[in-house]
Amino acid sequence: MIDFFIPLEDWINIGFEKVTYYLSPFLRAASNFLEIIIGGFEDLLLWPPEIVIMIVVALLVWILASYRLAIFAFVGLLLTFGLDIWEPTMATVALALSGTAVSLLVGVPLGIFASQSNVVERILRPILDFMQTLPSFVYLIPAVMFFGMGKVSALVAIMIFAMPPAVRLTTLGIREVSGEMVEAARAFGSGRWQTLKDVQLPLAIPTIMAGVNQCIMMALAMTVIASMIGGGGLGNVVLRSMQTLNIGMGAVGGLGIVILAILLDRLTETISKKVKKD
Amino acid sequence: MSIIKVENLYKVFGKEPNRAIEMVNEGHKKDEIMAKTGTTIGINNVSFEVEAGESFVVMGLSGSGKSTLIRCLNRLIEPTLGSISIHDKDITKMDKNELSELRKESVSMVFQNFAIFPHYTVLENASYGLKVMGVAKEEREQKALESLEAVGLKGWENYYPSKLSGGMQQRVGLARALATDPDILLMDEAFSALDPLIRKDMQTELLELQDKLQKTIIFITHDLDEALRLGDRIALMKDGEIVQIGTPEEIMMSPATEYVEKFVEDVDRSRVLTAEMIMKKSSTVIHYPKDGPRVALHRMKENDISSIFAVDKQNRLIGIVMAEDALTAIESNETSLDSIIQKDIPTALPDTPLKEMFALMTGKNVPLAVVDEDSKFKGIVVRGTVMAKLAEGGNAND
Ligand SMILES: Nc1ncnc2c1ncn2[C@@H]1O[C@H](COP(=O)(O)OP(=O)(O)O)[C@@H](O)[C@H]1O
Ligand SMILES: [Mg+2]
Repeated sequence: MIDFFIPLEDWINIGFEKVTYYLSPFLRAASNFLEIIIGGFEDLLLWPPEIVIMIVVALLVWILASYRLAIFAFVGLLLTFGLDIWEPTMATVALALSGTAVSLLVGVPLGIFASQSNVVERILRPILDFMQTLPSFVYLIPAVMFFGMGKVSALVAIMIFAMPPAVRLTTLGIREVSGEMVEAARAFGSGRWQTLKDVQLPLAIPTIMAGVNQCIMMALAMTVIASMIGGGGLGNVVLRSMQTLNIGMGAVGGLGIVILAILLDRLTETISKKVKKD
Repeated sequence: MSIIKVENLYKVFGKEPNRAIEMVNEGHKKDEIMAKTGTTIGINNVSFEVEAGESFVVMGLSGSGKSTLIRCLNRLIEPTLGSISIHDKDITKMDKNELSELRKESVSMVFQNFAIFPHYTVLENASYGLKVMGVAKEEREQKALESLEAVGLKGWENYYPSKLSGGMQQRVGLARALATDPDILLMDEAFSALDPLIRKDMQTELLELQDKLQKTIIFITHDLDEALRLGDRIALMKDGEIVQIGTPEEIMMSPATEYVEKFVEDVDRSRVLTAEMIMKKSSTVIHYPKDGPRVALHRMKENDISSIFAVDKQNRLIGIVMAEDALTAIESNETSLDSIIQKDIPTALPDTPLKEMFALMTGKNVPLAVVDEDSKFKGIVVRGTVMAKLAEGGNAND
């Protein structure tokens, strides 16, 4: 027998320890920031009486989309209340929305950056491709390593998972604005930034909105998986049902997720369509 | 004074532009250079000057480098070699800020496919240049309104461009370009996307506007009729080179190369129009030998003309008398037209085509007499009519 052993595990552990040690001030700051975001969303959704949230959400949906979807939203939320999953549902919404917010916060500027520089795009593209081919579980690992178990690391995992479409579609949207439009702005003396602000970004909004839609849906899907590292919410309900072989509980949790998925998808889709028409 | 001066301008698309320029100077052809170096010669050693207030038309087939040339003039495309002076400043040496100033203050552009911003209203579109200049909202809207009015779009300010027809959209494009009150207008096939009738209207309006505003206009077209109509001078481009520059008459009369000739032949449609169809029938004449210089001068004054045709009793054309000559004859107390009548003048037959009439008239400042086979006087054709008809394309049913 040959004696062959690669101590990769040790190397990585040691390396990782070093990295986290040096990064710790940054990680702590990031963690605080993310905690504020997720905490803010949760407070916003859980602090008022349930009926207030239901009405406000229905009204918002009405204004932004249609009265039909507003009815669906109201009935759907009422159902989650009746199924006694109000709290985990709101926790999931908070997690998915803060995940989306952070994804967009990072992804859209990155997408803009990539639209302005071929070099940046050429570097980003394979990374994004790679990220999208990885199974979603893999995102849990670095999140936990840097931020431990809990909502913050769930948020980080969601952010990484949901970001690629935001980056990609922002870049695409800006780049597909016709050359003549850009030329027209430049011919009147607009610089790069002003051209971007006046012409490229406004014309890219329908495409960027499609990115937002995808981003939300991926964030929602990831909340379920992120419950494994302490994300809580409906994912946790499903996870517990599997651990205890409680099929009924699993179905209830699943139903909550489906309601949210339909609501968020239709909502962003309708908004995208409205934006496109204007 | 020339406002734009382009000297030995080259533009090469692709890597190794210097090698391509070397090759082109050694006389290699565009295709050959493309095959050997993979570069495209966009502009090949172009020089010309444009006077302030002039309408300078650049004409050529698709791919001849017209768009590239006009974009070098505001550096939307970076020239590879050579110099371009605008107001005596070499714009190829300008830095970003100077260039931006140039585009804001002096040079604006109208595009082939309008390039109107769909997310802005007509008013916002027209005021875009002023917005970039940092003009306050109220002032820029005021100016934009004026320029919209000038192009006939009053009342459309708050519409979005998608509600407008192509012709109207291009008016917005024109208003946007005029709003900053630039000295120079660059118009890249500005009317090519419009249908023929609208196109002609736009040409007319541009001519009217130009009458008032006296901008320097660089107008690109691949259409000779349009070039003849709009151009004070025309430059013909082929494979990135200017093969001829001249007034519309010069280009028509003496095409410098076969290429130009081909272009000019396109106007052979003007054969359709004949002298009979465009002549003035009811023109005043004098009678020879009955009338003398005093009658001749009197008739000319009466009709506000500077020359008059003389016919005999049978209405046969005898010659032409010029006002100056009549005046001299009167001063020296002559009573007959014999000493001043010019008998050797070109004439056209009723079925002489437009283009030949044009040739007959070149270099002469008198109208053309139309006579039939028996020398009977039929009418006159004035120079302006010939030019106008040529520019319109010379179709009989116009
Ligand atoms: N960005 C570019 N890259 C490479 N070649 C170009 C580019 N722009 C124009 N060309 C080439 O330069 C030549 C002149 O093009 P262009 O100026 O658009 O002609 P025109 O406006 O007269 O139709 C053509 O052969 C065209 O293919
Ligand atoms: Mg062109």
